[in-house]
Amino acid sequence: MSKEKPHTQIAQVPTGWQTRSDVAFRIVVHVFGAAVVVLLGAIVFEVMRHAGGSMLKYRLGFFSGSVWDANRDQFGIFPEVAGTLYTSFWALLLGGFLGVTLALILSQGFLSRRGELVMKNVVELLAAIPSVVYGLWGIFVLVPLLRPIAGWLNDHWGAFPLFSTRLSGPGVLPASLVLTIMILPTITAVSREALAAVPPRLAAAAYGLGATRWEVIFRVMLPTASAGIFGALVLGLGRAFGETMALAMLAGNAQTFSWSLFSPGNTLAALLANHFPEAGEYEVNALMYAAGVLLVITLTVNILGSLIMMRATAGLRGLR
Amino acid sequence: MADATTESPDGSPELRFSFANRRTLVDRSLTVLAIGLAAFALFPLFSVLYMLIVRGGHLLSPSLLTELTPGAGMEGGGIGNAALGTLIVVVVASLFSLPLGILAAIYLAEYAGESQLGTIVRFAGKVLTGMPSILAGVFAYAAIVVTTKSFSAFAGGVAMAILMVPTIMLTGEQALRAVPEKMRLAALGMGASRMETTLRVVLPTALPGILTGVMLALARAMGETAPLLFTALFSDYWFDGKLGAPIASLSVLIYNFSGSPFAHLSELAWAASLVLVALVLVLNVAAQVIIRRPKEF
Amino acid sequence: MMDRSDRYLLRILFATLGTALLLLGCNKGSSGQAAPAASSAAKTETETVITLQGSGASFPAPLYSRWFREYGTKNPNVRVNYQATGSGAGIKAFTAGQTDFGASDAAMSDDEIKAAQGNVVLLPMTAGHIVLAYNLPDVKDLKLSREAYTGIFLGEITKWNDAKIAKANPGMKLPATDITPINRSDGSGTTFVFTQHLTAVSEKWKAGPGTGKSVSWPAKAAVGGAKNDGVAALIQRTPGAIGYIEFVYAATSNATTAWLENKAGKFVAPTPEGAAAALAHVELPEDLRAWVTDPAGDDAYPIATYTWVLAKKKYGDKAKSDALKALLKWCLTDGQKLSKDLHFLALPDSVTSRVIKAVDGIE
Repeated sequence: MSKEKPHTQIAQVPTGWQTRSDVAFRIVVHVFGAAVVVLLGAIVFEVMRHAGGSMLKYRLGFFSGSVWDANRDQFGIFPEVAGTLYTSFWALLLGGFLGVTLALILSQGFLSRRGELVMKNVVELLAAIPSVVYGLWGIFVLVPLLRPIAGWLNDHWGAFPLFSTRLSGPGVLPASLVLTIMILPTITAVSREALAAVPPRLAAAAYGLGATRWEVIFRVMLPTASAGIFGALVLGLGRAFGETMALAMLAGNAQTFSWSLFSPGNTLAALLANHFPEAGEYEVNALMYAAGVLLVITLTVNILGSLIMMRATAGLRGLR
Repeated sequence: MADATTESPDGSPELRFSFANRRTLVDRSLTVLAIGLAAFALFPLFSVLYMLIVRGGHLLSPSLLTELTPGAGMEGGGIGNAALGTLIVVVVASLFSLPLGILAAIYLAEYAGESQLGTIVRFAGKVLTGMPSILAGVFAYAAIVVTTKSFSAFAGGVAMAILMVPTIMLTGEQALRAVPEKMRLAALGMGASRMETTLRVVLPTALPGILTGVMLALARAMGETAPLLFTALFSDYWFDGKLGAPIASLSVLIYNFSGSPFAHLSELAWAASLVLVALVLVLNVAAQVIIRRPKEF
Repeated sequence: MMDRSDRYLLRILFATLGTALLLLGCNKGSSGQAAPAASSAAKTETETVITLQGSGASFPAPLYSRWFREYGTKNPNVRVNYQATGSGAGIKAFTAGQTDFGASDAAMSDDEIKAAQGNVVLLPMTAGHIVLAYNLPDVKDLKLSREAYTGIFLGEITKWNDAKIAKANPGMKLPATDITPINRSDGSGTTFVFTQHLTAVSEKWKAGPGTGKSVSWPAKAAVGGAKNDGVAALIQRTPGAIGYIEFVYAATSNATTAWLENKAGKFVAPTPEGAAAALAHVELPEDLRAWVTDPAGDDAYPIATYTWVLAKKKYGDKAKSDALKALLKWCLTDGQKLSKDLHFLALPDSVTSRVIKAVDGIE
């Protein structure tokens, strides 16, 4: 500080400017918070505007139908809804597991400070790769890599529902794996922030009691950072639901849903990406209906997640 | 925990490091497992980069960034207009998304508490993260392109901003919440107003965390094609100062050229992917250098 | 934590960066002046730069991008931009006035023309054909009869050694591999042209999936790939696959393609000559919308198509319409010479003269 304020001036009644700017800031901040809701509202409005006609026409049959035929005005999104949930489930499972592991490695002293910094940037590089490139990598590298493994699993354990078809190309497994890679940086980065925010004295106390590193991780760090890690998982799941380009190339665009990891399928976002450019008016309406469904799914999953979170962290309040 | 510690001959706990101790064994094996998993998780990154370098690496040269996009069947050319275009769209997007995202994050972390509006705002952010990128493009198309009757860099920036805001807001909120309460209380105790506390104490401390969110959002937005395809279209020429006209971008270029049957164009697409990744890396590192994480105590 | 001096430094850094970016951007522009709204003409003291914006089909995009680049080098005061967004999106943008011209593989339907208030003229610019590429390592020059290829995509023929395929290929050893038909997962003019042909030659297809930019593919084993290159890549990597792609993709990747049976019952190789023969028999009507769904003639390759540029009949901006007319005429004359190298079909003179006449009619 360039000038020392005399003691009498530090603790004083707030100046007029202070009061006014404080109120103004408060208002500004509320406005911007509300603006986010307004943005969502505007998007929902735009979606509903086009979806309305389609919703009245197809109603709930939309959810059970499996045919998408623009020529005959027959639209059904059951395979897409199931496909979105199924691929995102696998991506979250794998991505969450790997992401939190990576976050732990980046924050629990496994590496030197410099090593952590380098690794952090390496992981964030994964986020920098364009969506289209992931799709192409999936086709050129991943699918040929998976084909022999999938064939073996199908030959020997074909009775198991997860392995019951052959991998002919794009499908649930390549799509889920690429989705995992794409949400990994988000989950890792946000989990890492959450873990880094745990006050060091908690870990220090545990170490002082003789705990090993992994005991500290499982019993102190993860529970304390659980809210942040959960936030990371939510962001990752959201991203998985909405991934467009890569899945448009790798989901297989088949109007079927199968539990088999090797069968082709489809997701709501991929459906949108594939059909929107060439869609005529009726198809656009149906696509907007599908988009609305995706938003509702995201909202529902988030509400469920929050309820779970509230139950789980009830005992951790007041830690600070 | 008598059964978990080994004992030395005289009955006191054995404190020397030894794999005979079950807890040590478990600890070390978990470390090996974790590092193995991490390597597995990073394999795709190296595989993708390898693929890009093999297919497009030979085109990396200064002329790549100074030349315009070539037509099909032509040799030479570069991606300069696309690289500049991406930067310009990013600047426009940041002008919208940074204030909105960070101020909304401040609202959630500092002013909302457990209020109803706060919960609604938070949920709105979470739903927005699940929005497919094509929907952001379609919305910006309907809101801006249709009303201005023109595809434009401005619309592209708005579409990109829509994609960025939720991540910036939610990650920012987490970063702000992570600032220890005692710092806020200390500032308030010294007579600072709520605004001064937030802007001069909490925000600077949370800046590295907010930056992580911004970088994540930026990296993702720069690599998305669908939002720009319906708003900014593309341009084979250098940016001429008009934000109201279509503009080139790396992601649309990659979309256009990667599927091209002409080898030179698809190689340019791979080279452009490398440039995009490098660009994000440079932005990331630069931002981290400028904003250094304060020491914990 | 940042102190005051760091903050000043930061602000100065960002201000310089921002200004540098802006200056760089303005300098690189060919005329470098301030930014008016989206109108196309910007005046300097010496010359007027006209920007023409187009969007639409991805099939002719390589040829158009080459044309516009070459034309731009010769005429630096005209900047032409074309972005492949898909025929449908191109028609929508053109009708809404967001672009100056559109492009479509499927021309425009009567409804679409009505939506544009009839202020549209359809101009065939180039043509191409669609080939069936397949992945059977030891089988070259496979001949597919109508029965065979329609049966494959209907899902009725599921193995390569089926009698219906073997009938046309006596002496060829066909493996017992499963057939994987590959189609487009995204809506596309290519699908439109292919399904239009299938509808014309197969009653079952007409009653079934029909014609469309995207249809419901009946084969159980069918898989979708994104865009032509996605389909081509899938075919290459999936043993036993067969799919429909534009000729330019097969030509540049040395894919194995099938000979198809045409209306005259002859098997024709999927070469540009075959496609040219198909187009030669087609009579262009007054509005220049002609479909080549099942061409007559012994050497006609059965699946070929024109592709159209959509322009307004009246522009209301003389500078723009003059520039567009000059551009289109160049494409129809000098531009056609570039077609062969890029694996497109040069239009015959009889056709280009009619199109040029239509271009002249634009105001």
